[in-house]
Amino acid sequence: MSTIFTQINPRSDAFQANETSLLAEVSKLRELTATIAQGGGPKARERHESRGKLFVRDRIDHLIDEGSPFLEFSSLAAHQVYDTEVPAAGVVTGIGRVSGVECVIVANDATVKGGTYFPLTVKKHLRAQEIARKHRLPCIYLVDSGGAFLPRQDEVFPDRDHFGRIFYNQATMSAEGIPQIAVVMGSCTAGGAYVPAMADESIIVKQQGTIFLGGPPLVKAATGESISAEDLGGADVHAKISGVADHYAENDAHALQLARACVSRLNWQKRGKLAMQAPKPPKLDPAELYGIVGTDLKKPYDVREVIGRIVDGSEFDEFKRYYGDTLVTGFAHIHGYPVGIVANNGVLFSESAVKGAHFIELCAQRKIPLIFLQNITGFMVGSRYEHEGIAKHGAKLVTAVACAKVPKYTVLIGGSFGAGNYGMCGRAYDPNLLFMWPNARISVMGGEQAAGVLSQVKREQYAREGREWSTKDEEAFKQPTREQYEHQGHPYYASARLWDDGVIDPLQTRDILGLSLAAAMNADIEETRFGVFRM
Amino acid sequence: MTSELHTFDTLLVANRGEIACRVMRTARRMGLKTVAVYSDADATARHVREADEAVRIGPATTRESYLNVEAVIKAARRTGTGAIHPGYGFLSENGNFVKALEQAGITFVGPPASAIAAMGDKSAAKARMANAGVPLVPGYHGNDQSDELLRTEADSIGYPVMLKASAGGGGKGMRVVESGSAFQAALEGCRRESLAAFSDNRMLIEKYLVQPRHVEVQVFCDYHGNGVYLFERDCSVQRRHQKVIEEAPAPGMTPALRTAMGEAAVRAAKEIGYVGAGTVEFLLDADGSFYFMEMNTRLQVEHPVTEMITGQDLVEWQLRVAMGEPLPCTQDELTISGHSFEARIYAEDPDQDFLPATGLLTRFALDLEGAGLNSDHVRLDSGVDSGDTVSMHYDPMLAKLIVHGSDRQAALATLNRALAALDVQGVVTNRAFLQKLANHPAFKNVELDTRFIERNEATLFAPRTYRLEAYASAALIGLHQLAQECESDSPWDRHDGFRVNAPHTIRIALCDPDSAQAAANDEAVVTVEGKRNSGDAHWNLTIGSETFTASLQPLTGDAVAVTLDGHRRRLQARRDGHVVVMTEPSGETRLFWRRIDAIDHGHHEAESTLTAPMHGTVVTLLVEPGVTVEKGMPLMVMEAMKMEHTMTAPVDGSVDTFHFQAGDTVNQGDVLLDFSPSE
Repeated sequence: MSTIFTQINPRSDAFQANETSLLAEVSKLRELTATIAQGGGPKARERHESRGKLFVRDRIDHLIDEGSPFLEFSSLAAHQVYDTEVPAAGVVTGIGRVSGVECVIVANDATVKGGTYFPLTVKKHLRAQEIARKHRLPCIYLVDSGGAFLPRQDEVFPDRDHFGRIFYNQATMSAEGIPQIAVVMGSCTAGGAYVPAMADESIIVKQQGTIFLGGPPLVKAATGESISAEDLGGADVHAKISGVADHYAENDAHALQLARACVSRLNWQKRGKLAMQAPKPPKLDPAELYGIVGTDLKKPYDVREVIGRIVDGSEFDEFKRYYGDTLVTGFAHIHGYPVGIVANNGVLFSESAVKGAHFIELCAQRKIPLIFLQNITGFMVGSRYEHEGIAKHGAKLVTAVACAKVPKYTVLIGGSFGAGNYGMCGRAYDPNLLFMWPNARISVMGGEQAAGVLSQVKREQYAREGREWSTKDEEAFKQPTREQYEHQGHPYYASARLWDDGVIDPLQTRDILGLSLAAAMNADIEETRFGVFRM
Repeated sequence: MTSELHTFDTLLVANRGEIACRVMRTARRMGLKTVAVYSDADATARHVREADEAVRIGPATTRESYLNVEAVIKAARRTGTGAIHPGYGFLSENGNFVKALEQAGITFVGPPASAIAAMGDKSAAKARMANAGVPLVPGYHGNDQSDELLRTEADSIGYPVMLKASAGGGGKGMRVVESGSAFQAALEGCRRESLAAFSDNRMLIEKYLVQPRHVEVQVFCDYHGNGVYLFERDCSVQRRHQKVIEEAPAPGMTPALRTAMGEAAVRAAKEIGYVGAGTVEFLLDADGSFYFMEMNTRLQVEHPVTEMITGQDLVEWQLRVAMGEPLPCTQDELTISGHSFEARIYAEDPDQDFLPATGLLTRFALDLEGAGLNSDHVRLDSGVDSGDTVSMHYDPMLAKLIVHGSDRQAALATLNRALAALDVQGVVTNRAFLQKLANHPAFKNVELDTRFIERNEATLFAPRTYRLEAYASAALIGLHQLAQECESDSPWDRHDGFRVNAPHTIRIALCDPDSAQAAANDEAVVTVEGKRNSGDAHWNLTIGSETFTASLQPLTGDAVAVTLDGHRRRLQARRDGHVVVMTEPSGETRLFWRRIDAIDHGHHEAESTLTAPMHGTVVTLLVEPGVTVEKGMPLMVMEAMKMEHTMTAPVDGSVDTFHFQAGDTVNQGDVLLDFSPSE
């Protein structure tokens, strides 16, 4: 394979400035992540701990194999969305390795609003299940939740992708042979009761876990019966009388041990097959990513500099290097897994779109996973391009991306604007996972362009009415649009709303993709059938 | 005494281990064919591998193999052997063997049978030594037991003297008398004790040597009446009369004393018609007087220190003398250059009362280059190689590490470096103990005497406490090795604690391997928290309130460079199961290493049974079945990994049955006993 040679000069002022600015963003991200990891704050933590319960992340540490990675999703979920902070949307989700098997873990954080389900909690839970289904990963639910957040029941309960979908997913995944294991480590009330009840195997913690359709207050109100939570639906009830739980645990640590044992009994076999290579770290220093990329989306750089710092040995065999060169396509390995890489290196032209479609066909044919590195302002506009049919050429790329059944992973490494987002496997195109770098921005178009379009419309209106519009007034008109786009295009805004699976440190991209690809190998790679390519 | 040439072209070495290898090395260099003999236990031993030919001489038992005169001679005949080198031990001082060889017409590389016999009878030997003017420890062993005579004898010996019961033993009826005025009281006390203990009150008197050093002189004689001494060795560092570290020349030796002792030694050898290599042992008193103890009529284990300071090959001398040649050098031609130490590497556990150890020696190597050492200054005389098995049949000495330096200090520094560079795995050895000895201030300051180890017991066997840096280093090494231990290429198999947007975090508990069962919150346990961001080359290691910026660079072999807060240190590091072993010239550090978030497997076993935590043997059963015990009371003890594990009652109750008896082997997870909780 050919090796990428770097052109950058790490001693240049531009590099240093880039590094400083992106590192500052990464530091902010780390700090915010650390704060969110503290859950519902000191008081709630104290109360939680005094009950002999482990914190949610400690539970996960106990559950997964010693010192193994945990690929957490969307820890910024619900960040600054509600009038009250709901750190990580009150549920920690991610892929972790349990008894040697990669599993999706969905763990309520009872220190956050009692683990109740806000709309984004539901969305995050469902997204985790979707990831599990797509990667064919067993699911482990660490349940410690008071159920739906009642004040927002209209956004949580009734719709297709609301609370009920959790159990629909459990049933249908179980039907597909994807194991569902529940560990009841706290309340599991009302709808929540179905998580263990719908599970293939369930574990309950003595004098801590409870399962009931209606809690003691509801029972009292409905029937007048006075009963304690423990007597109504504690571990003794469910392990000895009702049979709702299958295993009886002494405490959190024991319960997690039992969950590990459950997984070890799954007779789990990975199905995916790829022609692997021995993994090797990139030859180019990944730490230089900061200085190459920076935070100014207007400053161009060669995306090969990024690819060379993510792939094994910085080795990258390019496909159609000299054709449609605003899109870089080629083959590489990440942690030993073969991948096809599609990366923007400028605005998309017809040639680049057709080249991308061709390359995606190759990867689908050969069953090679695809990595999309998005840094795209959009497709080229203007009469020349419309006349040559850029719309239909772009459509070829979108069709190829939409139909390709190989595992697809998207990383927004810069701008993600307009139809470029679609052609480069944005959220709507069902990538297995999608991550954003802290310098990335996402919106239908750039804030400046949007403000320009809107002011152009306004100017035409003024012209029809024969009114003057001063440059100063126009500027004042444009500013709110710019601000709105900057605010809504920010990765934290996006991640809080689960438009992605997490904002990540660029330096961790390689490991995260490696972990994702390894997890994807639990599933078969399906045959692809493409739709009609308009010629 | 004959003086004709006994030429031979084949040499059989009637020995095993390092000495057999060492003798054959010189023999090969001299163009001789080498023949090894071996017992069944040694069929693939190193001395067999290195010999040109090897002959089986019997089963493992030494009496039937290495001590079997007939079998050795038969092996010599089968291989056309002209001479036999006996090494040390085994048949080396066996007069009958020498006579049998004389009858068989095979040259014995050693003294004539008559010389062996002369030194074999200790009291006769002393009389002949007195004759030859070799000084003996003054004493009175007479039958006249009158108070007056005993007092006179004591006065003439010179105080302090030791009064001993003739029938004595075990320290009873034994007293040191410092002066004449104290003599009468001591004599009466001793007699009383002796009478009570042995029904006998006869006394003997000997000069009491306050801090005797064990100094021995290497002598050599040929068939032509020549005799020289190759100076002295100090073998004071002993444990239970077993030499541990030897050196040459003896520290503090004056030229005059050296000449006096050397000449006395040659006189002793000539007195008995000695031929070949011999060692005359003396006790050297603090005041410079020396007394004959005994003569060893063989090549000594510690002969290499003499070779290092004289530049002579004593085995070559032996072979030349045996061939009838005159000694290669005259006394005037022999000089001392620098200083040399020899440390004996034993397969034994100093912490378990020097219990011999056995097993598969997975690694035994000395990386001179890596430790920056020069083969001119370091020599490893080894009887084993990596992959050899250390059996229970023979002496547990594996090898000797011999170093040379321009002076004692330089040689000692080299010894410390070389001990640290010696990589021994799989079998417990005294290496760490040797390091403690060689690093001991008293040893550096030449406070040597035969009671050195007893006197310094407190510091040599002190409980291990280490500086925080040692814990940080051990944690770092463990982390590094953990990261290497991947079962597959999958990134999920890495144990680096990867977390998204957060530092990789791994918590480690470290403690002395002997208290490895201590709970994580125990005082004996030091907790280290390691944090590292993706892309960082270093870990931040936090121990209590201290934080170290730590990084590790692997060097060749097991060598690593550990940098803590900018202080870079080079050491040998490896993990022996859960124990991190770090070796530096200043000593060895062993720390039991475990991750704190490690899940306590089997912790929640059903309460009615107790299972074996690991493969091992049952040492003892502590309670009777059916007898009620309280929660926490010990029920049985098993031994595994050389550590005892006590099974305790999980709750109040009683044992129904034990499934094993003392001595039984149990596998991990075996149910050891059935237990019924009290109602």
